[in-house]
Amino acid sequence: MDAILEVKDVVKTYGDYTALNSVSLQIPRGCIFGLLGPNGAGKTSLIRIINQITLPNSGQILLDGETLSPKHVIDIGYMPEERGLYKTMKVGEQALYLAQLKGLSKEEAKKQLKYWFEKLHIESWWDKKIQELSKGMAQKIQFVVTVLHQPKLLILDEPFSGFDPVNANLIKDEILELNRKGTTIIFSTHRMESVEEMCDHIALIHKSNKLIEGKVQDVKIAHRTHAYEVGILSSNVERLMVDLTQKFQVGQTDFKSLNDELKLEIQLDGKMPNELLNVLTQNGQVTHFVEKVPSINDIFIKTVSTN
Amino acid sequence: MNMLSLIIKREFLTKVRNKSFIVMTLLGPILILGMSLLIGFLSNMNAGEVKHIGIHDASSIFVSKFESNKEVKYINLSAMPLEQAKDTATKTMKALLYIPKVADLNDLNEKLEYISDDSPSMETIMEVENVINTEITHQNLEKMGLNVADIDKAKGNASLKLSKFSGEDSLKGINEIKIAIGSVFGYLIMMFIIIYGNFVMRSVIEEKTSRIIEIIISSVKPYQLMMGKIIGNSLAGILQFFIWGICGAILFFGVNYFFGVQPNSVDPEMIQTAQNEFGSQISLYLTEILKFPLATLLISFVIYFIGGYFLYSSMYAAIGAAVDSETDSQQFLMPIIMPLMLGVYVGFFTVINDPHGTVATVFSFIPFTSPIVMLMRIPFGVPLWQIVLSMALLMGTFFLVVWFASKIYRIGVLSYGKKPTWKELYKWLKY
Repeated sequence: MDAILEVKDVVKTYGDYTALNSVSLQIPRGCIFGLLGPNGAGKTSLIRIINQITLPNSGQILLDGETLSPKHVIDIGYMPEERGLYKTMKVGEQALYLAQLKGLSKEEAKKQLKYWFEKLHIESWWDKKIQELSKGMAQKIQFVVTVLHQPKLLILDEPFSGFDPVNANLIKDEILELNRKGTTIIFSTHRMESVEEMCDHIALIHKSNKLIEGKVQDVKIAHRTHAYEVGILSSNVERLMVDLTQKFQVGQTDFKSLNDELKLEIQLDGKMPNELLNVLTQNGQVTHFVEKVPSINDIFIKTVSTN
Repeated sequence: MNMLSLIIKREFLTKVRNKSFIVMTLLGPILILGMSLLIGFLSNMNAGEVKHIGIHDASSIFVSKFESNKEVKYINLSAMPLEQAKDTATKTMKALLYIPKVADLNDLNEKLEYISDDSPSMETIMEVENVINTEITHQNLEKMGLNVADIDKAKGNASLKLSKFSGEDSLKGINEIKIAIGSVFGYLIMMFIIIYGNFVMRSVIEEKTSRIIEIIISSVKPYQLMMGKIIGNSLAGILQFFIWGICGAILFFGVNYFFGVQPNSVDPEMIQTAQNEFGSQISLYLTEILKFPLATLLISFVIYFIGGYFLYSSMYAAIGAAVDSETDSQQFLMPIIMPLMLGVYVGFFTVINDPHGTVATVFSFIPFTSPIVMLMRIPFGVPLWQIVLSMALLMGTFFLVVWFASKIYRIGVLSYGKKPTWKELYKWLKY
């Protein structure tokens, strides 16, 4: 796998407290990587280490195969969860300053700024002070500032918080477009629906340890329960239940449907789906037959609560 | 472009464009001038008041010796009985001086009474005592058969002429000017450290509360940001000084020109004849001021200003990083302001009495007080090695303190929520 970022055995302690306990991660180039974990799990510590804000006690971070060093600042764009800009500084001036701090020349920064301001239709904000803008407007500026220097790796901590649905969608589209153009994106978020929607890789950190890492698909397969949701219209429910319980574990469930059918959740217990189907078709009309795929949310909650 | 210079530029421009900076730069000198005028006016107003003191002299020996002047008017109440005199004095006068009649004037001790509801100033007491004692002495001398006029003639009247080993003449009273100039510079440094240190602290707190800090230190090292902040603000301070310096110089040379002083060419005889003329007096002092180690003073001022400011403002920056709001900073500011105050007090009380004494010398080496104390000493002439040693100590300590401060700063800017304790700050040093 071609990894843009490799985290190797990173340990970070604050005094007696261990924030990261030998965490290793591989972030494939060009993916959208979801970094998940409950509050206080160590996500922010890891992100700060990747951004060279703090140093790990031990371990190594490789960006493009090279040990992370100050020259990599320009390769990374970072939007922290706690957004912030200089309130009394003018938007344009501020964006230029922050881009120059990343290592962009003034001319290049101006060019990029112009591109983004036109794209988001915010040219008129150039001479406004941040404190004159609404929260959502300031968030847009924050996003522009983050991506202005065309980083290879974009780290977004809760990127959609503070946006209204329209703007959240706008930013989501921008993120997806950047990803299509080759930018690798790390999401740190609690919003599982956006993980489900956008991420192709995830890692779950809990209590300073990495518990899960991999492709979303693989993670889901690893956590599949082999349970099926079944809907059946049967004239002889008693016989159906006898037949089913002989071979499978059966439970009640509920799903949306137009029919008034029997709704069951059935555990395959190592048998093939067709065996189940056979039993079902012998006893009535099958209206619904779906494998229960665990959502990221389910996996998250299950993993966190069992550890 | 170098990151540090980018940060310095931003900090400098932010500070200089700030309205309060512009207002302070323009209003500062006017305010200071206004304050001094006000103080002068107030003390004059007090002086203009005439005090009336009644005198009941039972023997009538002394009353004629009291001479009224423009501050005190003595009124002879000896003609009336004591009770009536007291009555009159309470109603219309500040006080009544009662001198009883005694057989032997030497018995007057402890019998003189100054009756007043307010306690008199030291000056008044001394003057009254002086008049009475002189008269007693005169009477005693006469009793012994000595001629008072002869004795007065016989009295020595020598006064010291001050000069240096280098052969230059010094002017009496010039020490006061040296003290004044040293104090002004020392005081200026203290004020600037406190004011600009606070600017640095506020700027750190602003970055912390607006949460931009995390974005900035993902681009540059916290150390660079802290130094950029300190240097940027100091440049703004130096600019302010520079503007004030130019105003001051214009004023100084304006006054100089007005009273017509030729630097370094004062005729000693002219000094004698000019003594009584106010204008010439000023020109005399201005000439003396020009003879101060002005270059040393100014260069030292700049170095001590920068050194002292850097030293203290790095501590201010660390405090700003440690707290979430300005109100939380008070507890940590105390230990910073203490040595500054100590410097000023040592300067005012020790340097003035003995500019080269042990206390003054030691405090002019201690880096936390040296910017103030040494500057106060310099007008009196300090050996070069002492200045150099003191500056070297200051710079050395500065680097040490900056190193510690940047450690606290590095951790502090990312710590939100509760106010850290001293113990926690100590722990941060070890992270």
